[in-house]
Amino acid sequence: MLHKEVNRMKPAIQFKDVNYSIDGQPILRNISGAFYDGEITTLVGPSGAGKTTLLKLCNGLLSPNDGDIMIHDQTINDYDPVELRRTVGMALQSAPMIDGSVHKNLALPLELQGKRLPDIQAIDLLNDVGLSEDFLQRNSKELSGGQRQKVSIARTLVNHPQILLLDEITSSLDQVSQKEIEELIVKINRKYGVTIVWITHDLKQALNVGTYTWVMMAGEIVETGKSELLESPSNERVRQFVKGELG
Amino acid sequence: MSTMALIFSLIFVLIPIVLSKTLNLGLEKDATIAVIRSIIQLLVVGYILKFVFDSKSIIYIFLMVAVMIIAATLNARKKGAAIKGITWKIAVTLIFIEVLTQSILLGFNITPHTAQYIIPISGMMIGNGMVLAILFLNRFIAETESHQDQTELILSLGGTPKQAVHTQLMTSIKASMIPTIESQKTIGLVQLPGMMSGQIIAGASPVQAVQFQLLVLFLLLTTASITSIMLGFLSYPTMFNKRMQVVRSK
Ligand SMILES: Nc1ncnc2c1ncn2[C@@H]1O[C@H](COP(=O)(O)OP(=O)(O)O)[C@@H](O)[C@H]1O
Ligand SMILES: [Mg+2]
Repeated sequence: MLHKEVNRMKPAIQFKDVNYSIDGQPILRNISGAFYDGEITTLVGPSGAGKTTLLKLCNGLLSPNDGDIMIHDQTINDYDPVELRRTVGMALQSAPMIDGSVHKNLALPLELQGKRLPDIQAIDLLNDVGLSEDFLQRNSKELSGGQRQKVSIARTLVNHPQILLLDEITSSLDQVSQKEIEELIVKINRKYGVTIVWITHDLKQALNVGTYTWVMMAGEIVETGKSELLESPSNERVRQFVKGELG
Repeated sequence: MSTMALIFSLIFVLIPIVLSKTLNLGLEKDATIAVIRSIIQLLVVGYILKFVFDSKSIIYIFLMVAVMIIAATLNARKKGAAIKGITWKIAVTLIFIEVLTQSILLGFNITPHTAQYIIPISGMMIGNGMVLAILFLNRFIAETESHQDQTELILSLGGTPKQAVHTQLMTSIKASMIPTIESQKTIGLVQLPGMMSGQIIAGASPVQAVQFQLLVLFLLLTTASITSIMLGFLSYPTMFNKRMQVVRSK
């Protein structure tokens, strides 16, 4: 993976008055703003706020009812869906595995294109996420929650995405694995210039890893800016939320 | 069978009704309705068949087959309400099966070109197609619902809709065909197939009855595989839109 040119003031993803509803029920309202190129932005907020839905709009698993989303200055509807989803990779919250070995799971993105994943590359990927090569032939059903998340992240990286969407990837991990994953994601961001949008319920993590943060509540963005805003929010609702989370 | 014999056969209706009454099973009403319905339906079918056979007209054969396909479609579509356009998808599948099997049977002179053969065989094929359609749809809808995360995963990694439901589709096709294949493995060991028994009772030689039964079994295999596969490949595309997103079913 080559380091791509990063222009930190340029939006990698930009929302323009995006609304999304299901059966007339608004899920996301008047979303505007940008995730900047080469930066890590965290998405925080109570569960049910619409964070996952927002991510799924970014890789075209869902489409807005109105408004527009620009990916690298090109409207999202101009992308071929397959190309879009390879450019904007996503690690799902449940880290679903397909039946079979870890190798089979890592090879999945290539298999979908009719290609194979050589063992050496698979081992590199495992090492990247802090798993030894013994895992290669391990049945995906036997993995712990943390190991599954690591395989899921490695699998998403196989497509060399320019933008990486992460949905609560460390929620089920112990402290050590959590730190490992944080370091890994920061490394991917620094080394390859990958733009990262990271949903987390852990505000300390948001402060640690993210340059920017979006606070979402009930389908709306209530505050955005540098992560430090979480230490002294100006918005009363955010203050309440942060108090509850950080104690 | 004489009319007197048929009347005596009602003893077999009285037995379950009396049993149900004494044991308070509460099944008398349903049993009575079932008996009355089967008497009426079969008598009507009997007279219609006699009329069609006597008339020797191809139009009536067509009409009867059409009625069978419509009835089977209406029955099976309830199971697939979650899939858009399921009614015509089932109808097309059943029509295809009917055309294919009859073309081979009549084209190679495997069966005589008479209503006596065409109608009962069509009935068996369409009826079996209907059962397979119901088995397949039940399973496929359950599989896609319980594996939504797999579908989402594959789409997220840049897979196509077909790749995203491939496993669920194959599992459902296989599962719906298993009863047909399994029942054929033990056939003749436990019970004689109804059609073969009927022919033997009506005086046909057992060997001839077996030959005919074998033909029907082979046909059922074709019907089973085509119904599931065709319905599967007609069904999955409407679960996605042009942007390769899962269409939410109402
Ligand atoms: N398929 C769906 N059908 C109905 N409601 C949904 C669906 N998906 C999400 N929602 C609703 O949308 C809201 C936002 O969900 P989500 O984006 O998963 O929130 P978060 O990730 O912040 O917890 C929730 O109220 C949820 O119930
Ligand atoms: Mg979520």
